[in-house]
Amino acid sequence: MNVILRAATRFVLPLLLLYSVVLLLRGHHHPGGGFAGGLVASAGFALHALAFDVAHTHRLVRVSARRLLGAGLLTALASGMLALFRGRAFLTSQWTTVRVPGLGAVELGTPMLFDLGVYLVVVGVTLLIVMTLMED
Amino acid sequence: MLIPVVSVLALAVLAPGVHRLAPRTAGLLLALLPVGLTLHFARFLPTVTAGGSVSERHDWVPALGVQLSFHLDGLALLFTLLVTGMGAVVLAFSNDYLGHHRGAGRFYALLLLFMASMLGVVLADNALGLFVFWELTTISSFLLIGFDHEREEARAGAQEALLITTLGGLAMLAGLLLLGEAADTSELSTLRTRGELVRAHPRYLAFMLLVVVGALSKSAQVPFHRWLLSAMAAPTPVSAYLHSATMVNAGIYLLARLTPVLGGTTEWSATLTTVGAATMLTGALVAPAQHDLKRLLASSTISALGALTMLLGIPHAAATQAALVLLLAHALYKGALFLVVGMVDHGAGSRDARELGGLRAFMPRTTLVAVTAGLSMVGVPPLLGFLGKESLLDAVLRAPWWGLLVTVVAAAKMFDVAAALVVVVDPFFGRSGPTAHAPHDASPALWLTALVPAAGGLAAGALPGMLVEPWVLPALRNVGPHVEPAPLELWHGFTSTLALSVATVAGGVLVWRQVPALRDLRARWGGMAKWGPGGWYPLALRGVFWLARTQTRALQTGRLRSYVFLTALAAVGLVGGAALTRVSAPPLTVSRPLLPHEVVTSLLLLSGAVFAATTTSRQSALASLAVVGLAASLLFTFFGAPDLGITQVLVDILTVIMLLLAFRRLPGFHKLTSLASRLRDVAISLALGGVVAVLLLAAQRIQVAPAISSGMVARSVPEAHGRNVVNVILVDFRALDTLGEITVLALAAVGVHGLVKLRTRMPGRA
Repeated sequence: MNVILRAATRFVLPLLLLYSVVLLLRGHHHPGGGFAGGLVASAGFALHALAFDVAHTHRLVRVSARRLLGAGLLTALASGMLALFRGRAFLTSQWTTVRVPGLGAVELGTPMLFDLGVYLVVVGVTLLIVMTLMED
Repeated sequence: MLIPVVSVLALAVLAPGVHRLAPRTAGLLLALLPVGLTLHFARFLPTVTAGGSVSERHDWVPALGVQLSFHLDGLALLFTLLVTGMGAVVLAFSNDYLGHHRGAGRFYALLLLFMASMLGVVLADNALGLFVFWELTTISSFLLIGFDHEREEARAGAQEALLITTLGGLAMLAGLLLLGEAADTSELSTLRTRGELVRAHPRYLAFMLLVVVGALSKSAQVPFHRWLLSAMAAPTPVSAYLHSATMVNAGIYLLARLTPVLGGTTEWSATLTTVGAATMLTGALVAPAQHDLKRLLASSTISALGALTMLLGIPHAAATQAALVLLLAHALYKGALFLVVGMVDHGAGSRDARELGGLRAFMPRTTLVAVTAGLSMVGVPPLLGFLGKESLLDAVLRAPWWGLLVTVVAAAKMFDVAAALVVVVDPFFGRSGPTAHAPHDASPALWLTALVPAAGGLAAGALPGMLVEPWVLPALRNVGPHVEPAPLELWHGFTSTLALSVATVAGGVLVWRQVPALRDLRARWGGMAKWGPGGWYPLALRGVFWLARTQTRALQTGRLRSYVFLTALAAVGLVGGAALTRVSAPPLTVSRPLLPHEVVTSLLLLSGAVFAATTTSRQSALASLAVVGLAASLLFTFFGAPDLGITQVLVDILTVIMLLLAFRRLPGFHKLTSLASRLRDVAISLALGGVVAVLLLAAQRIQVAPAISSGMVARSVPEAHGRNVVNVILVDFRALDTLGEITVLALAAVGVHGLVKLRTRMPGRA
């Protein structure tokens, strides 16, 4: 059974991670967002850890869960600080439009950065808990 | 007036640096500022004598209408000059007394912090400003009493002073706020013109008592007096400054300040005279029997403060005048005597009256200061203490209930005279006792600074018209009824006051001769103190600790089961109770018939919950809980909340994984509870579910304000460039909440990590 799970995981994990990024990016207009995206990615990593073992998953993720936590919190914080440079209140959303060849006009805003922070924190939290519980 | 207060605060910050740069002269250098401030404030004497006053206001919390306002009138000036003048004396004295101490820099900083706070108390016009400065004096007093924080006695004394005076301070805050509301102003200078309004208020008694409790606790009145004795663990300059000349007078100041507002009623007079007389007698009776000279002086201070409170309670201009004269006299002689005890302690290595004797030959200069201040305490002309005692006796003789009061005052005064003799005669005259080392006299910087207040008492007593009236009479106008103040004179002729005055001195000498017997009495019956008026404090302290221990033991059992139980019980009790009494039963209206798949999903959810509660296998319980979660997420999706549905599914999956992993570490499943307690838990669970259901149904019908959701939906695209309003709320409109939530989430994960790792590292404790 382990063999089947491992084989399946090899295919499913990339799909799950891709899907989690899709959820993160579409969240602003459609159901999804950083929280749901982060949960999908964490579920993928948890699956990987169950199929193989924690050490494998560590090697796959490369970054420690605690670093992900910190990076996520700092990203969310930094997205709020950007407004301060424009003389607006902390966490006021700032938007700009960028022309990308092939995609046309793309709206970029600090809430997306904030959502990325949420995503990273959620992944960090679940990874930290799951891996801590699975170790030893 | 902000500048003087702030300048003293700034100097407090700089004081440790000054001490590092000039360790031998720091105290003298720092004393220059209070000397300068004394001169600065003395320039206002003519204005104030002419009946004028000076005001100053700054915005503090403009949104709440709180201003940092100052008001300098006669009463404030009297106290201000006392604070800066005695402050200069004590700072200069500390230079030689504590300058070598390794904490001297901290000491100077705290002393200056206190000085700034005390200036704030007497100058503040806004009631809240007064309260803030008042509490700052409490805090700096706490830190100064606990200055030698390595001594148990100092820590206990500091704690006692902090607890009792803060308790009073809180009562005072409540009283001041109510007072401000009743009179519609929080400026004391406006308040004094609205006394009629306040005294006619139906709740007058409540706020009068609240404010008075604050004042009485600060001024060490029975039954709050005990902390002043414990405060004697402070270095002697602190006792001289805070605990005899200034801070303990803050309560007296407040009573005097509020006399035009609250005073003149029977309740006011009865409270103040009763408490004051009781305090005066209590303090005086125990004073001469104390052999620690500092505690003796503290007891006598309690007595003097009692006299001041009593005088403020007597509704007569002469009594108010007596209070102010006595206050001045007491601050000068008691401050000097504390410094004398400090010099004796330094020079002879002891402050125990039973051991000391004959120091006159070794410490002639200290003796000079002691005799000058001591004669003022005894009340011998031409010292200011004599005038103070004369005015006290005169005022009491004019009081409505003079018979009883005169007896109390005369008895207290006799014991006080005896206490003065114990301080002055026993150590310096009489036989020399055994001392640790050969006594040496104090350095010039010590005895000269100590001589300043003592000589001040002499000069003021000799020339009252020149030196006392300009201080006291303007202050009197700010306190008392509008009666022309009586001129202060040393000689009134052969009156009953003079006879009484002479009698108290004679009686005092007789008591003094019995001091050894009194000490025996105290040694034998000292244990009775716990039944005395101060005995409630240790009991109350133990009571608080008992309460804390008991309720912690009852609530913090360490068992997750009982936490869930208590939380559910509280929720059912509080929310359910409120729902039962306030919300009428909501009608169960159905907007459309339920569709078959909705019914099936609901039944699935219900059966999953029932199975989870009844199974004895953890894994099956977990699986059925997963069914509950999935069914719930389906329901969310059916009813138009796809975001919620997605999140619920994902959370459910991860919860199952985490719980499964956690279950590996748990012991096998055992039934640890009785059937009765399980039935009780079932009842509470059903009640909690019922309360939540009723609440949700009721909430549907309650609309307090226009729904916030419609506004958010409308603003979502134009303002936040997003069509998914749920996500827009999370990352934009309510981003601060989300930031808080992810922080909590991160902390929880770190907590789990720490707990698990800790258990693995310490298997013995698991």
